[in-house]
Amino acid sequence: MSDSADTPTEESFEPTEPNTGEEFEPVQVFPDEETMDLRPGADSCTKCSTCDTNCPVAEVDDEFPGPKFQGPEQWRLKQTDDGDEFAIDDSIMDCSNCMRCDDACPSGVPLSQMHNEARGEYVDEQMSKLSTEYWRNRILANYRTSAWLASKVPRIANVAMNFGPARWVMEKTLGVTSEREFPAFATETFSEWWAAQGGAAGSRERAREARERRGEPLDADKKVAYFHGCYSEYNTPEVARALVRVYEHFGYEIVVPEQGCSGTPMFANGMLDDARRHAEVNVSSMADLVEEGYDAIASCTSCSLALRQEYPELFDIDGIEDVAENTFESIEYLRIHEDVRGALQDAEIGDELAEEFAYHAPCHARNQGLERQAVELFRDLDGVAVEDVGDSCSGISGTYGWKDEKYEKSMAIGEEMFDHMEDAESTTGMTECPTCSMQMEHGTGYDIRHPIELVAAALVE
Amino acid sequence: MAIDSEVLVVGGGLAGVTSAVAAARAGADVRLVSYKQSSLRQASGLIDVLGYVGDEVVVDPYDAIPELHEDHPYRLVGVETVRDAMALFDETVDGYHGDHTETNALLPTHGGTVKPTARYPAGAAEGVASDDRDTLLVGFERLVDFDAPLAASHVEAAGAPFSADGVTITFPGDLQADAKVTRYAKLLDQNSPVAVDGRKVDTRSALAQRVASHLDGHERVGFPAVLGDDHTDAVRATLAEELGVAVFEVPMGPPSLPGLRLEDRLFEALDRSGARYEVGNPVVDYEGEDRIERVVVERNGSRVPYSADQYVLATGGLVSKGVESDREGVREPIFDCHVPHPGDRYDWFEDGVFDDHAFARFGVDVGSDLRPRGASGSVEFENLRAAGATIGGYDFAAEKSGSGVSIATGYAAGRAATEDLT
Ligand SMILES: Cc1cc2nc3c(=O)[nH]c(=O)nc-3n(C[C@H](O)[C@H](O)[C@H](O)COP(=O)(O)OP(=O)(O)OC[C@H]3O[C@@H](n4cnc5c(N)ncnc54)[C@H](O)[C@@H]3O)c2cc1C
Ligand code: SF4
Ligand code: SF4
Repeated sequence: MSDSADTPTEESFEPTEPNTGEEFEPVQVFPDEETMDLRPGADSCTKCSTCDTNCPVAEVDDEFPGPKFQGPEQWRLKQTDDGDEFAIDDSIMDCSNCMRCDDACPSGVPLSQMHNEARGEYVDEQMSKLSTEYWRNRILANYRTSAWLASKVPRIANVAMNFGPARWVMEKTLGVTSEREFPAFATETFSEWWAAQGGAAGSRERAREARERRGEPLDADKKVAYFHGCYSEYNTPEVARALVRVYEHFGYEIVVPEQGCSGTPMFANGMLDDARRHAEVNVSSMADLVEEGYDAIASCTSCSLALRQEYPELFDIDGIEDVAENTFESIEYLRIHEDVRGALQDAEIGDELAEEFAYHAPCHARNQGLERQAVELFRDLDGVAVEDVGDSCSGISGTYGWKDEKYEKSMAIGEEMFDHMEDAESTTGMTECPTCSMQMEHGTGYDIRHPIELVAAALVE
Repeated sequence: MAIDSEVLVVGGGLAGVTSAVAAARAGADVRLVSYKQSSLRQASGLIDVLGYVGDEVVVDPYDAIPELHEDHPYRLVGVETVRDAMALFDETVDGYHGDHTETNALLPTHGGTVKPTARYPAGAAEGVASDDRDTLLVGFERLVDFDAPLAASHVEAAGAPFSADGVTITFPGDLQADAKVTRYAKLLDQNSPVAVDGRKVDTRSALAQRVASHLDGHERVGFPAVLGDDHTDAVRATLAEELGVAVFEVPMGPPSLPGLRLEDRLFEALDRSGARYEVGNPVVDYEGEDRIERVVVERNGSRVPYSADQYVLATGGLVSKGVESDREGVREPIFDCHVPHPGDRYDWFEDGVFDDHAFARFGVDVGSDLRPRGASGSVEFENLRAAGATIGGYDFAAEKSGSGVSIATGYAAGRAATEDLT
């Protein structure tokens, strides 16, 4: 935490509003692709093919040329003398942006940055803005907008979205697979619940009570800004509520700043302009808070990865580096600052959750080195066992598995995980990623929980 | 607060995992942190202990160790430790053969050479060169790394006690020219239906059918090592059953599936040992003077402290960036431990590829306690030990000793760290 928290707060500062004052002037690093210099990255590729052996798409689709081609090789082709005539290969749209290749490369080649850039260029310059594919992708990428709309009438939306004939039309006209069920919309969004709890003021109150109970100084510098993301806002507010309970239990004051989508689905669909619009809102509100001594936490691993890695790689927005350096995944942060392990060792769990969980580490958790934290954490919790179901990708990769033409591939990638889940002792799954959780449920019929829900059940309830 | 443990191992290759398992089994609370996947992705999956001393092929590595120079890592830890370390490997890592004897086995490789090695994956077992059954090697047209007819003639020329033939076939399903090795493995793992003459046939059966007509009395068939990843035993068993002969895999060059599978087995062993681990972020710094107090792990820009009582440095050699070189010199980047090297860069290399290059032996300088030593010979940190390719003074490629040194020094470092817990 930065020590600026000790300095007196300026009167005008309002933790939950983005700063859109005059100083705020977002600039993109790469106003046009020609100036984006990824050469040092491309040159450090030793062609070892480690990235290719980590690519889940190349594993099921031999027409996909793989990350080495999408990254350093394609980038070099663009830089040659006739690079102007070089069109980005269509296959860039088959990359699911799981970012496994990026994590695997021993030479630090910025593969996902290269892919994101190539995908952006492809969509901007080569994809027809009148095509169904473009609009289908745009609708899927802007999930937040549809979810916001649906949340206004959740009960109707829940029925309508999964209404057979409507799904048939969506598949035929839009290319959204009818194999999947749309996730249910909650009848109360997280924000509605949070407001009813008294928002930031209520949280300050409860955090103080917890500190008193824990024998910590009442003015302890424990405050976090919660980036809840779209999914726990509209679909699984129980995850966000569990996070609030756990953090307040440890004496943290929470603020929930104004926020947009993290941009993950937009990066994956090459919609960099949409992503930038949202990033500006997010960085602006988070940067102010970081400056005030708050750390940013997210319960969705794709959101935390976007804030930590993709933002600074792709955009130049004031404060973006500070936000990246001070963003953490929700359980990771607790492990660094609190003795959660000790607390869980002393805890017991009620009958309902006392069972085995089949845990799948999302690719975007893996990229942050967090793939083992749930297994590790719950090892010491009586009555609970967590079994890692292996290191394969779940295959859904956000919007990827929703596309009609990608559905089969997505299920082929996921098959290994489904097999391992079925071999596991349990019938409840666990993961930090909302779309992985959809895929786990879809492939096995299991109920899926977020690890923070289990922490809440063990320590708070 | 910091994330803490008693022993912290830095690096997740063969050396790091072995030292973490050894320490956990000796009773320590262990955590392993590693940046990237290890050099096993490039290695063959064979566990070499000592294949050559000079130009001489080694029959029994334990017998030959005393012939090595006295600063060689094997001499530093001693023959008995090497034996104990291999016993730990045999006990904890599933799916390896060769522990029935102390002498080296001879295994054919994808280039058609025959290589002395101490342990080999179960998948390669039916291929050992001391066995006299006639052998058919099968290559796939688009998988250019393995030229089966050429490899077969090399194996025969190397004096193998059997006759070998090679044939090149098209892998069922007409894969693209640049299909990844993981693609072959996945098709066989899932036994997905592929189109053969307009009909859908399971991949394994389709492959067996293509090979059957070339069988011609051969008693065993060797394929490039792409026979599955998650279900390799089942893939081999199905092929063997349908062909009615023994089936084995020939270890391949990078990217290597047997290396990847070994990495999986190692991490399973680590998990069973009760050690904690995380992979994906580098250790970039440390705090402390004579003793290391904590190290700093960088996670996507944020710096997270990890503290421990004892540390093991197992970050690998030049390939894995455990040792770094540039025009200025050669360094160990985390703790800045001393790496002996000639001052003049032109002395790092010799003219011939297989000459005695200084760079092949670059690494930190350790004594028999495995603690890195400074230029003056004094211990750099009292609670730091090094293991594996980070250690200098041996040439794994020439000696064929890479995995063995990593296992032996990893084991010794993990045990010693546990004994030293305060
Ligand atoms: C191409 C090739 C072929 C080979 N073939 C064979 C063979 O056939 N038989 C055989 O026995 N041996 C072979 N070897 C050698 C053998 O693989 C290695 O000697 C052995 O695996 C080295 O293990 P290690 O654990 O010491 O290092 P590595 O496997 O290099 O592991 C080091 C680990 O440390 C991590 N690391 C590095 N820096 C940091 C940091 N700052 N913070 C955290 N983690 C870090 C790396 O990401 C890596 O995971 C081969 C090697 C190569 C390169
Ligand atoms: S892993 Fe990195 S160095 Fe290796 S081929 Fe891929 S991009 Fe190149
Ligand atoms: S991001 Fe994932 S799908 Fe895309 S190339 Fe990399 S590994 Fe493959």
